[in-house]
Amino acid sequence: MDFRLNEEQQMLQDTVARLVRGEYSFEKRLEFSETEAGFSEAFWGQLSELGLTAVPFSEELGGFGGGGVEVQSVMTELGRGLCLEPYLQSVILGGGLIAQAGNDSQQEQWLGGIASGELKAAVALQEPQSFYDLNDVATRAEKSGDGYVLNGRKAVVIAGHCADLILVSARTSAPNSGDTRDADGISLFALSPDTAGLERRTYPTIDGSKGCDITLNNVQVGADALLGEEGKAADVIEYQSGRAIAALCAEAVGVMEVANELTLDYLKQRKQFGVPIGKFQVLQHRMVDMMSELEQARSMAILAASVADVEQSDERRRILSAAKNVIGRSGQFISENGIQSHGGIGMTWEYNFAHYAKRLIAINHQLGDDDFHLERYANLLQVG
Amino acid sequence: MNMNYTAEELAFRDEVRAFLDDKLPADIAAKVKAFRPLTKDDHQRWQKILSAQGWYATHWPEEYGGVSWSPVQKHIWDEESSRYGVPRSVPFGVNMVAPVIIKFGNEEQKQTYLPRILSGEDWWCQGYSEPGAGSDLASLKTRAVRDGDHYIVNGQKTWTTLGQHANMIFCLVRTNTEVKAQEGISFLLIDMDNPGITVRPIITLDGEHEVNEVFFEDVKVPVENLVGEEDKGWTYAKFLLTYERTGLAGIGLSKAALAHLKQLASRRLKNGRPLIEDTTFSQRIAKVEIDLTAAGISNLRIIASVEGGGVPGAESSMLKVKGTEIRQSINDLARRAIGPYALPFVEEELADGFDGEYLSDEHAAPLSAHYFNNRKLSIFGGSNEIQKNIVSKMILGL
Repeated sequence: MDFRLNEEQQMLQDTVARLVRGEYSFEKRLEFSETEAGFSEAFWGQLSELGLTAVPFSEELGGFGGGGVEVQSVMTELGRGLCLEPYLQSVILGGGLIAQAGNDSQQEQWLGGIASGELKAAVALQEPQSFYDLNDVATRAEKSGDGYVLNGRKAVVIAGHCADLILVSARTSAPNSGDTRDADGISLFALSPDTAGLERRTYPTIDGSKGCDITLNNVQVGADALLGEEGKAADVIEYQSGRAIAALCAEAVGVMEVANELTLDYLKQRKQFGVPIGKFQVLQHRMVDMMSELEQARSMAILAASVADVEQSDERRRILSAAKNVIGRSGQFISENGIQSHGGIGMTWEYNFAHYAKRLIAINHQLGDDDFHLERYANLLQVG
Repeated sequence: MNMNYTAEELAFRDEVRAFLDDKLPADIAAKVKAFRPLTKDDHQRWQKILSAQGWYATHWPEEYGGVSWSPVQKHIWDEESSRYGVPRSVPFGVNMVAPVIIKFGNEEQKQTYLPRILSGEDWWCQGYSEPGAGSDLASLKTRAVRDGDHYIVNGQKTWTTLGQHANMIFCLVRTNTEVKAQEGISFLLIDMDNPGITVRPIITLDGEHEVNEVFFEDVKVPVENLVGEEDKGWTYAKFLLTYERTGLAGIGLSKAALAHLKQLASRRLKNGRPLIEDTTFSQRIAKVEIDLTAAGISNLRIIASVEGGGVPGAESSMLKVKGTEIRQSINDLARRAIGPYALPFVEEELADGFDGEYLSDEHAAPLSAHYFNNRKLSIFGGSNEIQKNIVSKMILGL
């Protein structure tokens, strides 16, 4: 048993940490957030120059051949910096879906660009009614000639506003069509955002990032836009969401680490009644509880990383749901109790803690919140 | 990063399983799994089997008859023995006083006491807590005054676990009132047959006799029963507490209790369906199972970090808090799983050799009492609040 990173993994993590520390001060982060892109193109360029956008791709696809632990190393540090760049959306999810479902020519067309950072992808898997169930797909893709016509609305597509490629799930017509919420009948299409009939409504998100809702109004695409087998995308989507969940857990750990460091510093500095407030036992115990929650989250992020790239199974599903449930709960605990410990200052925009708190809550709303994953886990309970 | 056991560790696990398959008495395992109280005879029978195997003294160096298991091997033992329903070793002799004697005792004390602990000849209990000195242990008042070759001991100890079975007690006593509270304490080994010692039962809220008060009235203790130096007992006491805290998280025990809970919940019906399929209940189980999974990995991380030697630090305090809360949650759910049958408390059904008809069934009978009994988990071994104080000071520097 050995929980330490190996030399390469440690080097990778140090590289990202140095970059984030050097380039991503809190003040700069606020500036990046307010640009039209909502992140720093320059920083994205640095990530790709260092090969970090190629980390999870296999070597034959021009990547680094990294697995769950390598992704964990990168994501934890991006989390520490509260980085806004669409690494999860483009590299992990977009790249992952194309790597798993795409044919040779699709991989050739897109993966190199994603790995080099030149092409940014986003995924449009949710819909207004779907809550967190990615099989709840009402968007239709009707066969039309050689291609398809898409109609529907996709919800909360993070980083969709700036993506060069949008991966959309849609329900295809017979014979593979299932009813809404059936796993069967879901297909995946790769769309250029410029395609006629695709409209994006862009908005900022609560955690300082950007997203959009996408309307598809008689969007015509060729057969080459279909990723993988028609009607059979649910498994791919679930598998890649699982990898993204592991990555999010790692990011959350980075966010929680800094949130706890900031809170602890504050308890040591802020004086009331003539002593640092950290002398009050009620605040000490709350801080210990926050540290314990982080330890639980850290353990689950490690466990999630260990199954991110293994074959799909109920055990993998259970672990990923367990991990997402833990980080949802621990993230909220640390967010709320951190604000409370900071008092009024924790409520202000200018102070960095509040932004860490917001990212933690936002993470809970990505790829299923703690209730969603608790239910999924409960449905997979095993007696024996 | 590698979370898997090595081939040697897997081989060790097989050896443990083979031993337990072969040697663990079925009646004792059944009691443990059903949360039934164990008798003195149960404990002693099992201790003899363990001793014969050479696996009793897992905290001792081999030269004294111990077994030097690595932290991972100890973990494997904990996991497997919990799963099989092995009784928890009564720790006071083998895991508490013995390491103190080995580290701080003189040669004669080692020769005298260690073999008798291994053979089961002595049953030790712990004389730490007093009515006015629980978490604030250093405020203890039991006095030992030197009188020639003896100390004369007067005072009272409390929460003395299984003291009714013990013939030896290790005590913290005050030998100096002139100095700072921590500096005037000594560590004494006292024979319970000494005149002037009275043991009185304390019946706990579940109706059990598990703990006691012990009174000392002019008890004569030979000076050779002093461990280490006079007035230096606090150092030895703290050393012992690091051993006490190890394993208090009870991850293995929680795993076993969770398996028991799931079986219970699949046998019981609600709305005509197994309770485990009930949305609310299955989610309660799911939540505690998820928390236990995380605590299990945290436990492994601590074990891996001490694999190279040394004792676990304040991280194990955090784990003690989480681990005991999780175990209490599982006990809580087991009680809920039997619904209204959580109410009846039929003591005969818990007694050894009961062969009547169970009111509900044999699994239901001990559950409420067990739930109440395990409220102690967040109190003993340093209450969870004290653990948080330790973390706050040692890790956070507050």
